[in-house]
Amino acid sequence: MISNSAKPIIEIKNVEKRFGSVTALDGVTLDIKEGEFFSLLGPSGCGKTTLLRIISGFDFPTSGSLYIGGEDMAEVPPNLRPTNMVFQSYAIFPHLNVAENVGYGLKKLKLPKAELERRVNEALALVDLKGFGPRESHALSGGQRQRVALARALIMQPKVLLLDEPLSALDKKLRDAMQIELRRLQQTVGITFVLVTHDQEEALIMSDRIAVMFDGKVSQLDTPEKLYRRPANRRVASFIGVMNFIPAKVVSSNSKSLVIDITAIGKATLDADEQYAAGADITVGIRPEMLTILYSETADDKDSFAATVNARSYYGDMTYYDVRINDTNIHATISMRNTAGRPVLAPGAKTRVSWRPDSFTIIANV
Amino acid sequence: MANSSEISYLQQPAKRTFWSIPKAYQDSARGYFLISPPLLYSLVMLAAPLVLVVLLSLWTQNYLELDRTITLKNYVEAVTEPLYGLLISRSLMISGMVTLATVILAYPIAYYVAMFGGKRKSMWLLLITIPFWTSYLIRIFLWKVILGYNGVINGSLMGLGLIEEPLTFILYNANAVVLTLAHAWAPFAILPIYVSLSRIDKSLLEAARDLSDNAFQRFFRVTLPLSMPGVVAACLIVFIPTVGDYVTPKLLGGTDGLMIANMIQIQFGKANNAPLGSALAVVAMFIVAAISISFVLLTRRFLKTKG
Amino acid sequence: MEKSSRSLLTYVLVYLTFLYAPVFLLPIFAFNDSAIISLPLSGFTFDWFLMLWQTKALHEAFYNSMMIALISASLSTTLGIFAARATSRFEFPGKRGIVGFLMLPLVLPEIIVGVALLVVMIQLGLSLSAWTVVIGHVLVCTPFAIAILSSAFNSFDISLEEASLDLGVNKIGTFFRVILPMVAPGIISSFLIAFTISLDEFIIAFFLTGTDATLPVYIWGQLRFPARLPSIMALGFLMVLLSLLLLLVAEYFRRRSTQFSANSSASNESIL
Ligand SMILES: Nc1ncnc2c1ncn2[C@@H]1O[C@H](COP(=O)(O)OP(=O)(O)OP(=O)(O)O)[C@@H](O)[C@H]1O
Ligand SMILES: [Mg+2]
Repeated sequence: MISNSAKPIIEIKNVEKRFGSVTALDGVTLDIKEGEFFSLLGPSGCGKTTLLRIISGFDFPTSGSLYIGGEDMAEVPPNLRPTNMVFQSYAIFPHLNVAENVGYGLKKLKLPKAELERRVNEALALVDLKGFGPRESHALSGGQRQRVALARALIMQPKVLLLDEPLSALDKKLRDAMQIELRRLQQTVGITFVLVTHDQEEALIMSDRIAVMFDGKVSQLDTPEKLYRRPANRRVASFIGVMNFIPAKVVSSNSKSLVIDITAIGKATLDADEQYAAGADITVGIRPEMLTILYSETADDKDSFAATVNARSYYGDMTYYDVRINDTNIHATISMRNTAGRPVLAPGAKTRVSWRPDSFTIIANV
Repeated sequence: MANSSEISYLQQPAKRTFWSIPKAYQDSARGYFLISPPLLYSLVMLAAPLVLVVLLSLWTQNYLELDRTITLKNYVEAVTEPLYGLLISRSLMISGMVTLATVILAYPIAYYVAMFGGKRKSMWLLLITIPFWTSYLIRIFLWKVILGYNGVINGSLMGLGLIEEPLTFILYNANAVVLTLAHAWAPFAILPIYVSLSRIDKSLLEAARDLSDNAFQRFFRVTLPLSMPGVVAACLIVFIPTVGDYVTPKLLGGTDGLMIANMIQIQFGKANNAPLGSALAVVAMFIVAAISISFVLLTRRFLKTKG
Repeated sequence: MEKSSRSLLTYVLVYLTFLYAPVFLLPIFAFNDSAIISLPLSGFTFDWFLMLWQTKALHEAFYNSMMIALISASLSTTLGIFAARATSRFEFPGKRGIVGFLMLPLVLPEIIVGVALLVVMIQLGLSLSAWTVVIGHVLVCTPFAIAILSSAFNSFDISLEEASLDLGVNKIGTFFRVILPMVAPGIISSFLIAFTISLDEFIIAFFLTGTDATLPVYIWGQLRFPARLPSIMALGFLMVLLSLLLLLVAEYFRRRSTQFSANSSASNESIL
C-alpha cells in the first residue's frame, strides 16, 4: 500500500480557475502521491472536470501552479505531459481499428512493426481484450470501448493516468465489475490513477484517498474510511452516505475525552482531540447502521433509547426506518439488515434502539 | 440526511452545438486567423463589388463616357419611369405567387415523407431531387416544350380530340413563369419543411391526441405551428432568388412575363447604361431585403420554437 | 389515419409526376428522329448524340465548365474548411456576424453577384475570362461548402482531438491523423456539391464569361436555334446520367460519414 512518506507526483498549489464570471476552482491545494489511487469526488459543477483538465493540460489555471514529477507545468502542452487520460466518452477514433487506436500514441516512436505489435498486444492483454486488435472500433460494446481507451492510455506508460467519470456510461452490473477490475489494474501497473467521479460508492470502493470538492474548493481530503467515519463537516457527511445529525451540549471537555449531552438520547463520553467550552452547542452525527433496533419495547441495554417507527422503506436485503426518538420531535434514520427471524416493523410500532458512544462523531457546522 | 437530489443526478456528456465551444479553445486569435481567408475573400470579392455597384448607381452614363459626379438621377429614373416600377412590382408579384404555390404544393409532400416515410425517408428525398440533377436551362426549356403551341399538352389534348385549336394562354405569360418556377424550386421548399417536420417530437402529437384533439385540430394546433421555421425558411429560399430570375421570364414569359432581372441585363448589355442598371439592382435588392426582413419579423412568434 | 395517409399518397404521386414530367421528356426527344421538338414522335435515332460528339464548340464549353467547376469547387471547399474549423472550435467576438456575411450569397439573387463582379471588372478595366466566372462561382459555392463542412466538423466529439493531443501527438499531427480523416467524407461531399452548382450555374457565367463560354452559356446560345434543340436534349439526357452517378458517389460518402459519427450526439442532418 501507499506509505505516508511516498513523494507527491502531482502538486497543486492554490489553483484558481475562472470562466468569465464563473469561478470553477477557488484556490485548490492538494498533493497526489506516487502510486496511489486518488479520487476527486463531488456534486455536479463543483469543478472536478476542470481540475482534471488542468492536470492534463487542456485548461490552464487562472492563477496558482501545478507541478507534475516536480516540474512546473505552466508552459507544457498536453502532448508533452507525462499524463494520459481516459475520456468520459472514451474518444475512440472511429476511423481506426482497435489495434490502431491502442498504438496511436506510439506511432511517433517509429518502432519496428513487430515491436509495435507486441506492445499493442501486451496492452490489450492487460485489459482483457486479447485478439481484439483487428476489430473495427464502432463494433465495440460500451465496456469494450472503455477497455480500449484504458489500453490506449496505459501503453504510453504515463506517470499519471487521469480518468474522467470512466464508468458513468456503463450499466450497473458492468460498472460494479469494472470498479474492481480498475482497482486491480492500478495495483498491477503501479501507476498513479486520478479518478473523477460523482458516485460516492465508487470513490469509496476504489480509492486510496479521496478529495471531496464543493463549489470549487476541497472540503476534505482523506482515506475512504476516515471520510465515512469522521466527515469533517456537515456537507461532506451528507454527501457520503446517510448521516443523522443531532444537536448536543458539551458537559465537560479535556484534551482526551469529551462528555456531551445528546438531545433526546442522553449523556455520552467520546474520544476527542479538540477541547470545547462547557455548555457549548455542537452537532453530532451517527450513521444509520450504527443504530440497532432491539425489537422489544422493554429490552434493557445501557445505551439505548425508546423509539416510535414513523415510516419505513423496504429494500429487500435492508429496511430503512425513520423513527422518532423518545417521543420528541427528533428523528433518526436507522438501517437494519433483514436477517432470518427479524420482523419488518410497521409504522407506529414502539421499540428500543441501542447505540454506542464511539459511533458518534462531532460535526463541524460548516 | 443525505441529499438525494445531490447524489443521484445523471452526468450528461456535454453536447457540442455550433455555438457552444469547449473551454480549451476559447482562443479568439486562432478563430480570427482561421476565418480570415474566407472572410477576406468575401470582403474583396463581394462586399467591395457591392459597394462599387452602389457607387456606380450614383454616377451617370453619357453615351460612351461615365460622368462621375454623384447624383440620384438614376434612382429618380428608376422610381418614376413606369416601366421599371411595373417590372419590379411584377417581379415581386410573380415571386410571391411562385413562393405561395411552391410552398403550398410542397408542404404535403414534406409532411408525407416526414410522417409516413418510415425507413424509406432518404429514398423519398432522393426521388424528389433526381429530376433536378440536370441542367437548369434545359429543365426550363422543357417546360416550353410541354406548354408550347405544338407542345406536349396541346398535342395530347388535340390528339384526344378534347380541343380543336392549341391553347395559347398556357405559354408566354406570367402563369407559365409561375408554373415553371414552382417546379424549379420545389426541392428548396420541400427540404426545409421536411427538416422541421421531422424534428417534431412524436410524443407531442400523442399528447395532443391524448388531450382529445382530432387529427384536424392536431395538425393546426401542433404540427403546423411547430413546422413554421421550415415554412418560413422555404419561403425565403424560394422568394429571394426568384425575384432576380432571368432565364424563365426570358424563355417562357413573353412580353408580359419579363421581370426586373431582364431589364438589369438590358441596361448592362444593349442599353449600355450600367449606372441605371446598378440603380435598378440596388433598388431591387433593397426591396427584397425589406420584404424578407418584414416577413421574418411578422412570423417571428412562430420561430421561437427552436428548430 | 389510414385513409388520410392514402389520399396523401395519391397527391404525392401526382406531384411526383409533375416533378418528373420534364425529365421524362428528355430521353424521348433525345432519341426522336425529328429535327422538331414536338409530338407526335417519328422514329428512333442516335444522330443527336453523334452530333454532340462532332460539335467542337460544345467540347470547348464542356472543357471550360469542367475546369471552372473543378477550380471553384476546390477553392470554395478550401475556404469552407477554414470557416468550418474556425466556427466549430473557436469562439470569437463577431462570429455570428461574420458567418452571416459569408452565407450572404445564399440569399442574394445571383444576378446581383453577377452584376457586382461585372462592375468591378469593367471599372478596373480587366477583361472577362473563365477566371472571372471562377471568382463568382467560389462566392456562391462557399456558403454550401461551409454548411456541409460545419456539420462535418461539428459531428465529431472534440475529445477525439484532445485524446490525440493527450497521446503525445502535436496539433499538426492531430489535424492530419484525426481531424482530416474524420471530415474527409464531408470534404468530398462539399466538393461534389460545389462542383455541381458551378457546373450548372448560368447567370453569373452569362455575365462574367468572356470568350470562354461555359456549358450553360453554350446551351443558352443554342436554345435560339431550333435545329440545335434535339442535340441539346441528348446533352441534357447525358447530364442526368452523369449527375445520378455523382449523386450516388456523394451518397456513398455521406453514408460513411454518418457511420463515423454514429455514436456522437451531434446530428448528421446537414444545415441545408
Ligand atoms: N468552458 C466553460 N465556460 C464557462 N463555465 C464553465 C466552463 N467549463 C466549466 N464551467 C463551469 O465551471 C464549473 C465547474 O465545472 P466542471 O465541469 O469542472 O464541473 P464538474 O465537477 O466536472 O461537474 P460534472 O460532475 O457535472 O461533470 C461549473 O459551474 C461549470 O458551469
Ligand atoms: Mg465533469
